[in-house]
Amino acid sequence: MAKSISQEFVKGLWEEIPPFRLVLGLCPTLAVTKTVEDGLGMGLATTFVLVCSNLLVSILRNIIPPKIRIACFIIIIATFVTVVELVSQAFAYRLYMSLGIFIPLIVVNCIVLGRAEAFASKNGPVLSVADGLGIGIGFTLSLGALGAIREVLGSGTFWGNPVFGASFEPFTFMVEAPGAFVCLGLMLCIMNMLGKK
Amino acid sequence: MGEYLVLIISCIFINNIVLAQYLGNCPFLGTSKKMDTAVGMAGAVIFVLTMAGIITWIVDHYFLKALDIEYLRTIAFILVIASLVQFVEMFMKKMIPALYSGLGIFLPLITTNCAVMGVCLINIKEEYIFLEALIASIAYAAGFGLALILFAGVRERIILGRVPRPLQDTSIGLVTAGMLALAFWGFKGMA
Repeated sequence: MAKSISQEFVKGLWEEIPPFRLVLGLCPTLAVTKTVEDGLGMGLATTFVLVCSNLLVSILRNIIPPKIRIACFIIIIATFVTVVELVSQAFAYRLYMSLGIFIPLIVVNCIVLGRAEAFASKNGPVLSVADGLGIGIGFTLSLGALGAIREVLGSGTFWGNPVFGASFEPFTFMVEAPGAFVCLGLMLCIMNMLGKK
Repeated sequence: MGEYLVLIISCIFINNIVLAQYLGNCPFLGTSKKMDTAVGMAGAVIFVLTMAGIITWIVDHYFLKALDIEYLRTIAFILVIASLVQFVEMFMKKMIPALYSGLGIFLPLITTNCAVMGVCLINIKEEYIFLEALIASIAYAAGFGLALILFAGVRERIILGRVPRPLQDTSIGLVTAGMLALAFWGFKGMA
């Protein structure tokens, strides 16, 4: 338990990087990574919710009765998701439209509830924020990487700019649902090879 | 009658909740290692999803829209789903203990199954009338059950095969799910 703040932060970037090490939150991972931009946007929205809910949960951890803690966590998370929903609607409307129902669905993203239950409800506010930030940034990086692979192969563009010449035939399979599953499966395989235990 | 048939087929096959809409993937991968657990989870989801679809539709139309507080939709829906799951759990424990112990830990897990919340939101987004929302909820739930049971069948066979070490477990599971999604992708031509 005597880990330093930086350790808690760094572990989210490799040791416990979601969704590879912690196989949670797969639905947004698969659904919104058609382009790099959507992937990063989703990652940042999730990071915000993760940090805020971790902070609030850890401040309130001694007040919340243990029996109804899950319900309390969900209400805290839902509140911040509503904040993200309204803010993105006002300032990033295009992103709001392309993420669609996956913004409200951050509420049921198991990563957020998982961190609240497994970490924030047992640790102090500073450590919890570091944990939320680390896991959130790790999640954002994963989504960005997956989005980059799928966008480059599937539509031949990166951040909306064409990468290959005009003669490139897009590998449409990658931007559709089957490609998402296969791509994530293969990335997980590569991660396993690199981090051989 | 014909349009409802189209809706049912579209919700089960063409827009399959797991394999085409990317919802409910965590339980899809988590509970598909054995056929029994897959059947249990499918049953629990079909039940809760249908109920949640109906109740959230009613809440949205007669409460949120009437009071003009639609921005509270996310919070209201998750509360409805969480309390519904709790209620179903207590009811089953009392009335059908055999089924309760069969479903075990899957019931509380349904709260964070995004398929449930997702279908409720889709019903509102597509502006379905009550009957359509009811049929769509049942059909989406059936699609989830179908995909889960098919996938569990495939996964039980994979255990027998020799899978390279880095690909084992979740990794090969995802690739297999991709193949299954490819099969379901074939239904897109029907639309």
